[in-house]
Amino acid sequence: MGQAAGSDWPAEVYRRMQELDISILAIVPDAGLTRLLELCKADAAMTVVTLSTEEEGVGLCFGAWAGGKRALLCMQSSGTGNCINALGLPAFTKTPCLMLVTMRGQAGEANPAQVAMGSAVAKVFRAMGVEVAEAQASQEVGVLFGEAAEKAYDQGRAAALLVSQQVIGVKTFE
Amino acid sequence: MLSRRAVVADVMKDAGDALVVAGLGTPCWDLYEAGDRPGNFYMWNAMGLTAPVGLGLALAQPQRRILIVTGDGDMMMGIGSLAVIAAQAPANLGILVLDNELFGETGGQAGLTGARADIAAVARGMGLEKSVTVRTQAETADLAMLLLKESGPALAVAKVGANKDPARYPTRDGVALAWRFRQAACA
Repeated sequence: MGQAAGSDWPAEVYRRMQELDISILAIVPDAGLTRLLELCKADAAMTVVTLSTEEEGVGLCFGAWAGGKRALLCMQSSGTGNCINALGLPAFTKTPCLMLVTMRGQAGEANPAQVAMGSAVAKVFRAMGVEVAEAQASQEVGVLFGEAAEKAYDQGRAAALLVSQQVIGVKTFE
Repeated sequence: MLSRRAVVADVMKDAGDALVVAGLGTPCWDLYEAGDRPGNFYMWNAMGLTAPVGLGLALAQPQRRILIVTGDGDMMMGIGSLAVIAAQAPANLGILVLDNELFGETGGQAGLTGARADIAAVARGMGLEKSVTVRTQAETADLAMLLLKESGPALAVAKVGANKDPARYPTRDGVALAWRFRQAACA
């Protein structure tokens, strides 16, 4: 019962996290992040930090960088709005802040309340100087994640990969 | 009421090679006045994030002592991070909250700890058992031991006066501050 090549994007992100020496996962969970979270939790070398709100992860990424470690911040699109002022920290210090965002509020969204933030994510991120890429297919996620990581770690800046709702699947309310 | 400058200066006498993160506003000026050092980082923005920055450091450098020096406003804005810290339970992390019950940098408007909020009680509720409030000089004698030596995480709220001390400021070059700090942390 194998999956089509490239369709297991969380495993691909996890593999690249290891290659990139990312040892801390800071997360506010989302259904679309469940498999990545489980992979990281099963890894004794990975520190998983459950946050109370997403902007804490921006501070945590900075603290980890200052201490010589790499952290990844994962969240649902609604959490990106919580990070806006926090993103002033990597901007002011020109330090890495790598983010992986699973999207809501796109095609197929059954909850209209998700649309306002979902459709604003890329705009507000860019307004704060974040480098933004979006994966429209699961096969793209790994490569785009690697590119976002390069931008964050090599250029000392915030970079985000948005994983679109057509990759994650839509949530139903029944 | 305690003098915030004296509390910070006293604790910093025992800081050794601890890495210290100061919350934005007056705690930065207090720490700077106690003596600038490469192992100090001054938050110039991102209110509410001082504790998460300290947690990231504590996880990345488990062999080093990490001290957060912040104010009641910054701590209240990031109050949920106390639960995150309690869950991770870094033994090397101490948090000093200078509580003047005011928004000092914006003109001294009343804050929430002067109303009903008790940060040390909240911290205990979040799971940080080693959380105390100190109000007198005699009670500050054990602060450095609690925050810098004993197994953490530990939190101390120091109830300090509302006076505004003359301020000198650290550099506003964020890149220089961050890299100097990283070099001290990774040395």
